[in-house]
Amino acid sequence: MNENENSGTSRRNFLKLGLLSGGSVIAGAGITNLVSCDEKKESGKKVKVLTADGKLVEVDSSHVHEGKFEKLANREIREGIEGRKFVMVIDLAKCANARKCIEGCQKMHFKQSPVEWIKVKKMQDAQTTAPYWMPQPCFHCDNPPCTKVCPVDATFKRQDGIVLIDNERCIGCRFCMAACPYNARSFNWGENWGQSVQQSKECHSSAYSPETGSPSVMGTVEKCDFCADMAKKEELPDCVTSCPNGTIFYGDANEDSVTNGEDTFRLSELIKKRAGYRYLEELGTEPRVYYLPPVNRDFAFEEDTEVHNTHE
Amino acid sequence: MEHHSNLTIEQQKIERERMRAAVLKPLRTSTIWSKLWIFFLVTVIGIGLYAYYIQLSNGLKVTALRDYASWGAYISNFIFFVAISLCGSLISSILRLTNFEWHWPITRIAEIIAVSAIMFAGLIIIVDMGRPDRIYYLFMYYRLQSPIVWDVVVVATYFTVSFLFLYFPLLPSIAMCRDLLTEKPKWQRKMYKILALGWDGNHAQWKIVKRCVNILSILVIPLAVSIHTVTAWLFATTLRPGWDSTNFGPYFVAGAFLAGTGCVILGMAVFRKAYHLEEYITERHFNFMGKLMVFLCLIYTYFNVNEYLVPAYKMKVAESHHLNELFTGNEAWLYWSIQIIGMALPALLLLLKPFRKPIPLTVIAFFVVVGAWLKRYIIVSPIMLNPYLPIQNVPDNWKHYFPTWVEIAIISASLAGVLFIITLFSRFFPIISNWEVLEGKGIDLEELDEKTQK
Repeated sequence: MNENENSGTSRRNFLKLGLLSGGSVIAGAGITNLVSCDEKKESGKKVKVLTADGKLVEVDSSHVHEGKFEKLANREIREGIEGRKFVMVIDLAKCANARKCIEGCQKMHFKQSPVEWIKVKKMQDAQTTAPYWMPQPCFHCDNPPCTKVCPVDATFKRQDGIVLIDNERCIGCRFCMAACPYNARSFNWGENWGQSVQQSKECHSSAYSPETGSPSVMGTVEKCDFCADMAKKEELPDCVTSCPNGTIFYGDANEDSVTNGEDTFRLSELIKKRAGYRYLEELGTEPRVYYLPPVNRDFAFEEDTEVHNTHE
Repeated sequence: MEHHSNLTIEQQKIERERMRAAVLKPLRTSTIWSKLWIFFLVTVIGIGLYAYYIQLSNGLKVTALRDYASWGAYISNFIFFVAISLCGSLISSILRLTNFEWHWPITRIAEIIAVSAIMFAGLIIIVDMGRPDRIYYLFMYYRLQSPIVWDVVVVATYFTVSFLFLYFPLLPSIAMCRDLLTEKPKWQRKMYKILALGWDGNHAQWKIVKRCVNILSILVIPLAVSIHTVTAWLFATTLRPGWDSTNFGPYFVAGAFLAGTGCVILGMAVFRKAYHLEEYITERHFNFMGKLMVFLCLIYTYFNVNEYLVPAYKMKVAESHHLNELFTGNEAWLYWSIQIIGMALPALLLLLKPFRKPIPLTVIAFFVVVGAWLKRYIIVSPIMLNPYLPIQNVPDNWKHYFPTWVEIAIISASLAGVLFIITLFSRFFPIISNWEVLEGKGIDLEELDEKTQK
């Protein structure tokens, strides 16, 4: 960035661009960089840099800005993985309310009770119909009501189907929580909310990324991230691998395959054969999580005798 | 004005002097009660600031808000402030444009309520934010598809227009203070001098002010309707059973006019008594405001029937949880008290003339305003606590919502803040616009000043 002489006008342009594009991270980074351009004096220290056309030039060290690459990485995180369409299938016939998915998820995301990014709920549609257990992660809707209402583009939908939250952007207005008809989102009501002392230390060991949601920040919203970081590494989310009954399947709709770690199915066939459905289809949110009805169950329904999450 | 006074110049002069003396008297004298009142308000504001300090350092966990009831009393309070701010446009603008001459002595009361309420609406919404330090992100990264951004735009615009609507007609009054309140300390006289913008009552100035007021009184109506409609959309644009209603915009606007009118009646009663303005704010005004309130109660009832009884006729599963809770469940006593004491009963009682006398009307208006606040409470958290998916495996305090002392202290401080601004305003500026009142009586102050050389 060597437009130091006319940084006044370019800053205005950048501001304009930033305002026009609303949420562009690059513009945001541009503004901060240029602001620092204005403030910094020449340091007198020269550093060698390679230009785009391969020339080695010497510039004042105050002209070199770090952190730009990090922002580019951030852009990649916002766009998601090209060509992928992550999807989940939950076989309600297999769920016995072991709650291991919750534990696995909490462990991986440095969370503890009562914060549950995936929940298991006792569902009974009517008094005369059969009760069943329903694991409920974020549905990563294709028409997400949460990202629509966000005033600052802190929560966004990626091309690989995943809906994430950038807690460095979130202003904590909680409109997305009000807008989500499934209550999939949780809020950091205090410092180290839903974390043990150990966990709050551990979660600071790595740099923040919306793909892991950690370290979490007080006053911001968070939720199930479909384990975007694991998906990048072709690994299964912890809720999938923690389930002793193989209830949860994860996969890619473009590859038309889902797996619970043991069995792998063609997504389209599985849904066709087992009459898969999406929860509250009539709301038009187009969830990316499918359910297989609780028929021919592996376990008889048993009431939960334990009370969970009694304390904050 | 169409009708010219048949008073002689001398009589008009006497009228002008009498009025000047009456509106300036409260600015010249200060009672122990007014000092105690200000002390009380400052104390409440102080406690609220301390509570906010606690909230800022500990996070929103000091509130009763949790993942299910993630919006609560702050948001209710925000809608309440937006609602009462609509009174300014109703009293000063709609009554002006529809040629109801009786509203002149109360326009300024309505306008200052509107301006201070909308100011605190903006402040209280910041209190609800998890990261108030990032408020400027709203301008850096705003996304036009978010109703919050629409709200920021309309609240800011409405504040500006309401402020001008208060300020322009105030100019002759500020000039009057500048010229007549010579005994005041230097800084105060300087303030009048600056704020009067060099007003000397010449023809061009009068023309500009009158034209501006006319334009603003038209401009403020669509703005008032949009500000509260957009606020209703914060809820109606979600898929939550109970908020997911096409009726919400007009329902909110109708409720706002009622709440605002209640506030203006309270303001009239207090200023009339405290500043001895019985001659200008008369029983006639209370009578008309009472009639206006009947009309607004009936309109609001109409929207309530649409909002609650039509869904109740169908009792769709998702909505039935919330509706049963209101009709016969935990919220029933609150719901029915609000609907009966804050809406139905006022409509019936105010049909009878004795209830439109100042004291009974003030009592009724008080219940209408309290009911209006509680109604907004009912619109927010009980609906959030009846989501599609059952609330299970959460700590007990997540299943209910009742504000903590921190929330109550901050909300009380915001209410005290509104009253503080109104009080302060009325200690420095005439709370009745004399030129407009005189004009309502057919006395053109400009003409009169010219003829009598002041």
